[in-house]
Amino acid sequence: MSAHSLSIRDLHASIGDKPILKGLTLDIPKGEVHAIMGKNGAGKSTLAKIMAGHPDYTVTSGDVLLDGESILGLEPDVRARLGLFLAFQYPMEIPGVTIANFIRAALQARLPEGEELEATDYYAKLYAKMDALSVPRNFTSRSVNEGFSGGEKKRCEILQMAMLEPSYAVLDETDSGLDIDALKIVSAGVNALRGPNIGMLVITHYQRLLDYIVPDKVHVMSEGRIIHSGDKDLALKLEAEGYDWVEKQFGESGIKAA
Amino acid sequence: MSISTTPPPENGTSNRWPAWFRKEQQEAWELFQFLPQPKRNDEPWRFANLKAIDLSEFHAAAPSQDAAALVARSSAHTDLAAKLVFANEVLVHNDQVGLPAGVLLLPMEEAAKNHEELFRKSFMTSDVRLGSKKFAALHHAHLHSGAFVYVPQGVVIEKPIEIWHWVEGENATIFPHTLIVLAEGASATVIDHFVSSRDERSLAIAVNDLTLGTNAKLHYVGVQEWSDKATAFHINTTEVEKEGVSTALQMNLGGAYIRGESDSHLLGEESRSVMLSINPASGTREIDQRTFQDHFAPRATSDLLYHNALADSSRTIFAGLIKVEEAAHETDAYQKVRNLMLSDEAEANSMPGLEILADNVRCTHGATSGELNEDELFYMMARGIPPKQAAQLIVRGFFGTVLERLENEPLHEHLGEILDRKLGF
Ligand SMILES: Nc1ncnc2c1ncn2[C@@H]1O[C@H](COP(=O)(O)OP(=O)(O)OP(=O)(O)O)[C@@H](O)[C@H]1O
Ligand SMILES: [Mg+2]
Repeated sequence: MSAHSLSIRDLHASIGDKPILKGLTLDIPKGEVHAIMGKNGAGKSTLAKIMAGHPDYTVTSGDVLLDGESILGLEPDVRARLGLFLAFQYPMEIPGVTIANFIRAALQARLPEGEELEATDYYAKLYAKMDALSVPRNFTSRSVNEGFSGGEKKRCEILQMAMLEPSYAVLDETDSGLDIDALKIVSAGVNALRGPNIGMLVITHYQRLLDYIVPDKVHVMSEGRIIHSGDKDLALKLEAEGYDWVEKQFGESGIKAA
Repeated sequence: MSISTTPPPENGTSNRWPAWFRKEQQEAWELFQFLPQPKRNDEPWRFANLKAIDLSEFHAAAPSQDAAALVARSSAHTDLAAKLVFANEVLVHNDQVGLPAGVLLLPMEEAAKNHEELFRKSFMTSDVRLGSKKFAALHHAHLHSGAFVYVPQGVVIEKPIEIWHWVEGENATIFPHTLIVLAEGASATVIDHFVSSRDERSLAIAVNDLTLGTNAKLHYVGVQEWSDKATAFHINTTEVEKEGVSTALQMNLGGAYIRGESDSHLLGEESRSVMLSINPASGTREIDQRTFQDHFAPRATSDLLYHNALADSSRTIFAGLIKVEEAAHETDAYQKVRNLMLSDEAEANSMPGLEILADNVRCTHGATSGELNEDELFYMMARGIPPKQAAQLIVRGFFGTVLERLENEPLHEHLGEILDRKLGF
């Protein structure tokens, strides 16, 4: 565990009385990109939402540390202002709130009391990022995610990330729903943000994404735990052979059998 | 002396109005006295707070102390066709820079004198049938002035006409009136501002008559910003001839007790009336709204959308009727009320109604109540927006979806700014 990492320590969490995370440990140092793969229902989105502070989930034990400080007691907005970003698997629609006003409110919240966001600079930056992500400029006056296609929603998640410049980002299936061209654009957008000042956790089902966003490490999640980790080649092997072998070898059932 | 026991000036004491109108005022006064005060069991006053409409403590308004200051404060839109300012019913500012030739924008008493026929044809011609007949009679009896807008055939006014109605004085009463007549193919945007000079208790009984000729297009907005201690009635009648389109929005941003009545008559084939309202209610504010979408002609459409956001122990009442008369086949009528409940102590009452006498019509009505969506809140908080601001943004968005219905981008933006200011952005 380092002071410059997003660190998940033996995390147990449940919804109602149903346990979903069962002792998950993971360390994402700043400057690295990690990928999580795993079957539907493994708990990947749950992990992402718990890190962001979703009120529906109860952490029963373990901890999540951002640069060495526990964030579990903090409200979601405080976590975000500390530098944590979650690109949602299913972004919410917010009727009547324009993207421009939404992102502006998010940036405004990061300024000290009494300080106003400079409108000209804001729009210049917003338009530059939109252009880079091929989001049409007239989207600024559309309501957040309302009536967006699946791919447009995902692009807008990355637009928000680009504007908010987080120090840790969790991208939950940002590639699903994207066509090939959009995948390249979004990946380029993500890669542009890569660097020594950000750590990323990329949740995906498809090895293809990892051709564009090449991870430093790949983790396999099963039944609420990380059961195996490797380098980018692990993703290739999963793509070719599926999850059975890894679950047999390293998973709950595999360990019991051994 | 209470306004409810003050008769209008007898003939002779005032020649502001022509004699025939003064006679009407005496008759209206008699009607006011004759009609009973609304009672608990009266259908149009179901759920209403009858204590709030006791007028006995209100008296006639004295002239404003500092009209120049009110004129200076009458500033919203920067690019206008004209602006009138009334301070305690006295016209104190009249600026008509951008009006096309032929348009009449006059104080009402002048219109009654010099354009009697036009005036009579559209001044309070239809029955006030949503409950406030008595109060409309008092308005008629005491009417001092008001704005008369006439746009002749085919004339299009691009920029808005802005009319300000100020009230000043503790327990003062005013009777604002805006009468708009659009001739065939005419088009205009009119914004009425209702404002209190100070944080005082006051009474306003406001009436607007909107008359649209064939193929006329009107955007009418009432920006109601009375003080939080004010009692106000806003009584609207809209009449739309063939292919005319009326889009009317009432924003109730102030007041302690607001009674709104909005009555649309779809008189001509393919006429259209869009009825919108934005109601942020907080504190102990009560907003009581009654509406009527009355379809007389075939293939007309009416589209009502009211959004109420209720905080603290505020209260709203909505009662709306869609009526499709026998001849009005292929009517398309829509009515939707949404209550966003921001507090457990708030109370929203919705009573949608439908009466269909024609065949082959499409009518949809519904009222919904819901709280802030937790997932929307979480999404916004996950972007770093504190919960209070997130809730504010959601409320702003909730009202924004009503503004979008205006289909007039500059107007939408302008009103959005007013709303932002009021909601504290
Ligand atoms: N709000 C909830 N109520 C009940 N069960 C839930 C809830 N949220 C998640 N779960 C359950 O928790 C388990 C993990 O769900 P999660 O969404 O985290 O999976 P995932 O790994 O992201 O799956 P996918 O790959 O399909 O996105 C699932 O069995 C799911 O049904
Ligand atoms: Mg998921």
